[in-house]
Amino acid sequence: MSNDIRIKNGLTINLKGAPENIIKKAPFPKSVSLNPSDFHLITPKMVVKVGDKIKSGETVFYSKSNSDIKFCSPVSGKIADIVRGAKRRILEIIIDCDKEQKSINHNFSKFKKFSRKEIIDSLLNSGCWPFIKQRPYDVIANPHKEPKSIFVSTLNTAPISADLEIILNEQKNEFKTGIGILNKLTEGDLNICVEKNHNSFINEIDNVKVHNINALHPSGNVGVQIHHIDPINSGEKVWVVGAEDVALIGKLFLTGKFSPTRTIAVSGPPVKYPQYYKTIIGSKLFGIIEDAGIDTNLNLRYINGDVLSGRIVDKDNYLGFYNNTLSILREGNNYKMFGWIPFINNKVPSIYKTSFSWLFPNKKYDLDTNLNGEERAFVVTGEMENVFPMDIFPMQLLKECMSGNIEKMENLGIYEVAPEDFALIDYSSSSKIEAQKIIREGLDLMISEVG
Amino acid sequence: MNIREILDTIKKPFGKGEKFEKFAPAVNAFDTFLYVPNHTTKHGSHIRDGVDLKRTMITVIIALLPALFYGIYNTGFQYYSQIGTDFTTIDAVIHGSLKVLPMIAVSYIVGLTIEFAFAIFRGHEVNEGYLVTGLLIPMIMPVDIPLWMVAVSVAFAVLIGKEAFGGTGMNILNPALTARAFAFFAYPTYMSGNKVWVSEASKVDGISGETILGMLASGETAVPYDISQMFYGGIPGSIAETSTLMVLVGALILIYTGVGSWRIMLGSVIGAALTGWLFNLWGANELMSFNWFNHLIVGGFAFGVVFMATDPVSAAQTTKGKWIYGLLVGLFCILIRVFNPAYPEGVMLAILLMNIFAPTIDHYVIEANINKRLNRKIKTNLKVA
Repeated sequence: MSNDIRIKNGLTINLKGAPENIIKKAPFPKSVSLNPSDFHLITPKMVVKVGDKIKSGETVFYSKSNSDIKFCSPVSGKIADIVRGAKRRILEIIIDCDKEQKSINHNFSKFKKFSRKEIIDSLLNSGCWPFIKQRPYDVIANPHKEPKSIFVSTLNTAPISADLEIILNEQKNEFKTGIGILNKLTEGDLNICVEKNHNSFINEIDNVKVHNINALHPSGNVGVQIHHIDPINSGEKVWVVGAEDVALIGKLFLTGKFSPTRTIAVSGPPVKYPQYYKTIIGSKLFGIIEDAGIDTNLNLRYINGDVLSGRIVDKDNYLGFYNNTLSILREGNNYKMFGWIPFINNKVPSIYKTSFSWLFPNKKYDLDTNLNGEERAFVVTGEMENVFPMDIFPMQLLKECMSGNIEKMENLGIYEVAPEDFALIDYSSSSKIEAQKIIREGLDLMISEVG
Repeated sequence: MNIREILDTIKKPFGKGEKFEKFAPAVNAFDTFLYVPNHTTKHGSHIRDGVDLKRTMITVIIALLPALFYGIYNTGFQYYSQIGTDFTTIDAVIHGSLKVLPMIAVSYIVGLTIEFAFAIFRGHEVNEGYLVTGLLIPMIMPVDIPLWMVAVSVAFAVLIGKEAFGGTGMNILNPALTARAFAFFAYPTYMSGNKVWVSEASKVDGISGETILGMLASGETAVPYDISQMFYGGIPGSIAETSTLMVLVGALILIYTGVGSWRIMLGSVIGAALTGWLFNLWGANELMSFNWFNHLIVGGFAFGVVFMATDPVSAAQTTKGKWIYGLLVGLFCILIRVFNPAYPEGVMLAILLMNIFAPTIDHYVIEANINKRLNRKIKTNLKVA
């Protein structure tokens, strides 16, 4: 069964450097990292020390607030370093990889007969649980709660981000197995959103609800899809799993091993060969960015994730846990003389027709990270609604988040949003409002006050 | 040394932790006027749209220019055609410029001084909003108003109308209209009658001129202007409000660039046209039987609706709210014109009134959304039970 959803409010930002349909196998990384900041609000409790030998799938740390949620090593090797910051907060765990990979073997041969509890235990013990995230709040799901439904989005609509269909076509069987596993976790629907008019193999999967959705960012955001299909009321939980993560869960049950491979799209205007690389979660960036033809001497910004909602990473550091896209942009720390005069600076696209850039709707832009202005108070109204396809008042919600009014936030729909849904508002705000940051802080306030 | 380096040297003592750090907003205002700063994105989206408040505000100013230029010309035109001497367009523009430019200068100097002072005092950057307000205020004043009254009105508008509420983005009333309303009630003899609308009328006996709405309010039946004069703007009135044509050019710029809300503009026109048409049917006095279409092109209606009612801060902020707000602005404008002969010009009071009601309109629009969400929850709970 499939349903159609049409998203009207959104924005297409044409950037140079979209990834080409080439999947390359990256050389096995020399080292990988686990970065606790990928797991929002998780305080790691370490199981291993520096120098310990570890197999892939062995626990590196678990969550201090819920010891069932374990975070496992993606490779076998030696704990090279545990980087700590202020107040001894753990910033990163670096693992040097062995030449010969050894992994923990689980016996999941009868997984098709597993009960819900057995599946949850298997996911928790194998290190696959962190792939399952929860809305509201956009955090790792609580295994003791039951979701009313599960959502998987198989389209990425953010500019120059990875095309998930290309990634999934490589691992159809694993994806189908993963969906079968997830289906046992909820009494409700398992919803998969696919791009409209794409005849993908997903339409053939049984026991799921497939929704066709038009590709207009942010229609690929799972939050937008939930809002239109099965909106979250206060007290309800919905679980969401990334498309490739479903395949990784499938692979775990098919092979009995935790081997978190990651297909990563390296994209962005400064990338010479924007394409896909098959590598391991948390791999060192260096080998990949070198191969993609990036001049690392330039002043560039490396982003784990897409250009709208990803996180800054140093070029000497590592891939994130969840992202399928590694975006690279030029840093825009340069001045533009009289850059604010309308109709002069046409190199930057705009939702307003105050430059001539709108005359070339198909032109691809080489945007940098310049703010193109300064932060100001909320002044212009109506622009947020144009890029926010939910029946929620975004500006009013942001203002309530800033003032920390919990009841109003709840009434205005805080449970239905995640920071990434506000990414286009960040982008298009003429007052340069940091909407994603405000929403994240609002969600964190809700977690601490309401839970 | 290029300009950028010179600026950086000048800015040095105003940097973080330096001696004059407190005055940084003032220096930054000039610096960011010359250069879009080198700030890069720190949180959230890594790329940003090319638009910023400077750009939107400058777009509004560009949209205001046709009306301003025509207003300057019309000031001279009204004067010379009344004293009866031969004159050229150049003469008219020169006469108008000598009258209008000092008012603009006073408005900017007084207003920006207060803005800068508050920015330094409060430690935030200088907002661009006053660039528009400062130009609007002289444009909606009668041409002969003394400069000190402009200064006092500006000071009142910025201090009480804006800064008292917390500065740009927080004000409830449109600051430019606040200035005009202040002058209107504080110095009524300079703001109405038949001796204020034409340049030098108060000094030269031979010159007088009443606005069309003023004539109608005092019961005159024969309006000595035809519809094309009303539309093109060769009539007495506040400096830049007279030409509907020039205001329309500005409206097109605002709508086309997306900076001004077409919903508010269209809503107001519909509201005013409908109300005017209903009064035409009634026709009890001169203003009631004044053709509904003429209502749209005389007085400050067009100017107010395009440039004042659309002020995003003081207008309704929700999409539905904008329609309601616009319709009511139009409705009240005609109501005040027709029923209140003491105030023949209704648009100023109509917009100020709706500024006050805009948050209430938004409140009910948002409340409807909240109720929808609550009902959804109740429905789901029922289903489960």
